[in-house]
Amino acid sequence: MPILTLIQAVNDGLKVAMREDERVLVFGEDVGPKGGVFLATEGLTTEFGKQRCFDTPLSEDGIVGAAIGMAANGLRPVCEIQFQDFIFPAFDQIVSEAAKLRYRSGGQYTAPMVIRTPYGGGIRGGLYHSQSGEAYFTHTPGLKVVIPSTPHDAKGLLLASIADPDPVIFMEPKALYRHAKGEVPAGHYTVPLSTLRTVREGEHVTVFCYGSMVPVVEKAAAQAAEQGIECHIVDLRTLLPLDEQGVLEAARKTGRVVIVHEAPRFCGYGAEISAMIAENVIEYMEAPVRRVTGFDTPFPNTLEHHYLPDERRVLDAIEEVARF
Amino acid sequence: MSQRIQLISPAGKPVGDLPKLSDGRLKDLFTHMLRVRVTDGRMLTLQRAGRIGFVGTSTGMEAAQIGSAAALEPQDWLWSGLREGGAAVMRGLPLAEYVAQMYCNANDTAKGRQMCNHFQHKGTHYPSWSSVIGTQIPHGVGAALASKQRGEDAVHAIYFGDGATSSNGFHSGMNLAAVWKVPAVFVCVNNGWAISVSAKQQTAAHSYADKATAYGMPAATVDGNDVLACYATMRAAVARARSGDGPSLVVLETYRMMGHSSSDDPTKYRDEHEVAEWRGKDPIERFEHFLSQKGVLAKGERSTIEAALTAEVDQVIREQEAAAPMALKTLVEDVYAEVPDHLKRQYNHFIEVAERHGDAQPGDGAFPL
Repeated sequence: MPILTLIQAVNDGLKVAMREDERVLVFGEDVGPKGGVFLATEGLTTEFGKQRCFDTPLSEDGIVGAAIGMAANGLRPVCEIQFQDFIFPAFDQIVSEAAKLRYRSGGQYTAPMVIRTPYGGGIRGGLYHSQSGEAYFTHTPGLKVVIPSTPHDAKGLLLASIADPDPVIFMEPKALYRHAKGEVPAGHYTVPLSTLRTVREGEHVTVFCYGSMVPVVEKAAAQAAEQGIECHIVDLRTLLPLDEQGVLEAARKTGRVVIVHEAPRFCGYGAEISAMIAENVIEYMEAPVRRVTGFDTPFPNTLEHHYLPDERRVLDAIEEVARF
Repeated sequence: MSQRIQLISPAGKPVGDLPKLSDGRLKDLFTHMLRVRVTDGRMLTLQRAGRIGFVGTSTGMEAAQIGSAAALEPQDWLWSGLREGGAAVMRGLPLAEYVAQMYCNANDTAKGRQMCNHFQHKGTHYPSWSSVIGTQIPHGVGAALASKQRGEDAVHAIYFGDGATSSNGFHSGMNLAAVWKVPAVFVCVNNGWAISVSAKQQTAAHSYADKATAYGMPAATVDGNDVLACYATMRAAVARARSGDGPSLVVLETYRMMGHSSSDDPTKYRDEHEVAEWRGKDPIERFEHFLSQKGVLAKGERSTIEAALTAEVDQVIREQEAAAPMALKTLVEDVYAEVPDHLKRQYNHFIEVAERHGDAQPGDGAFPL
């Protein structure tokens, strides 16, 4: 089985989708002959022509708005927002239109489309090339929000997202684009949306994470294991709709929970996981839920390695929860 | 700046090259305009009586709406704003569905989820409008690109008001359409007012048509109370789009005779003299004069048509008053193609409480999990 990086897996997934289904179009800023600023769309214009993979004017609102119209009229658009930090001009189109078209039309009109966008820090991108905006979208019924953390999942979840009848925000952890490597099957396969991935089995502490935080948590768990603390790591990978029962089961298994994400803490995605546990399985809990997150500040630049949860901070939380 | 196109004078005299339409077709246009006025009047009465919640009338704008949309073919799409419901009826939206939508009842194809006056009709390519100003503009452009890519003979008419020309959607939509050269026509129905902001306060541009120049697109300004001018200008723009020559902008200058909606009191912000001046330019009267002088319309025929239209809408209203209650499961359906488990659980908890209080109907029961 070929070994691919996460970005190569995305590229492979796009090619597979475009070969299988001529309704699939890829467009966005610089995605054409240049192949995207991270090369996610490299070679697509050459293979599929400029009718099916093309550059757009610099207009996030227009890219997403037009994608909705294409989807409502029978295409399967896969558009790219170059950095998730630049998605906000399209927020209205995503939240008011794509997310609500099926509901408001009683199912008469739908928007099966994917918005791919790199998110997260770790590349010295400063305030506007580093943010993790998943919670803006997970607060919006009608959207699906998917974040892979491995090359295998990146391709499988992308193909599932493109085939999905509803709009998907597909957030790619740019810090892992070239650092995450792994076996990726050739050709078509899917990883079903709304399923969790158990990264590591363990009986002492359950750690929920997704995207770029997964390898950080894995390293912290390896260090915890040296002290005899065995972590149960769950990669959420679809944040909306979430496999809630799977989350509750994993929380109940150890009764001790740490949640890790790089987005700010206040009203962050971890708050929902924490509330879900408090509402449903508090009687099984042996310790307070602990969150390890980015600060409630804008994203920094020089000190980004301190802003992002690292092995040290994650390990500290695991130890604290285990000892409680 | 282009000349303002007028084919019939306010007195009903031909003043330009009239489109070649049969007498029957001309009378149809007149009837469709009258239906808009009659239906709006009926809806306002229902709103005042508390039977429906909200009405945004097209009174004074019937020529703009009917004349322009009459230039479309059945395979063409109409991306609407608030006030194109009458055009939808002309193109095939059943009046019963129109009225059901105003009642937001169980017969409404949108399952009562939208506020009143938000129509849709899949059969004639009239998508659901949100309420957000200008967001439908890039949708129409994307859909037009899809039609173009499949080589279909479909033109996308994208309607919006003067206020929407200040929106993001107008800018991004006009720009993308021109760059992609899609089969679209942008129809700006300039009715003078965006709620309480006048068309003059909306832009410092010399005219709304001038805006097209910056996007590399031609534009035409039309006397929007002249139904034949609206028809002929739109016909040319649609033909241009259909032939692959790209999009254009058509600005229909008309006037919103009533408030923005049934919730609005326009006397607070506009001069009654302005309204009176436009009352003298009524599009239906103008066309009536024209048709009478042409011998297409007999004396007293307008009242006969109006009486028939009123009877028709009243019959539909009676039917819609009797609609069944809305199924409670519609609360959580159509958010996604399949109702996800977390919504099923939210609903099941809700219905347990509702059933305890005797509020649920047969069929409202819990989802199996």
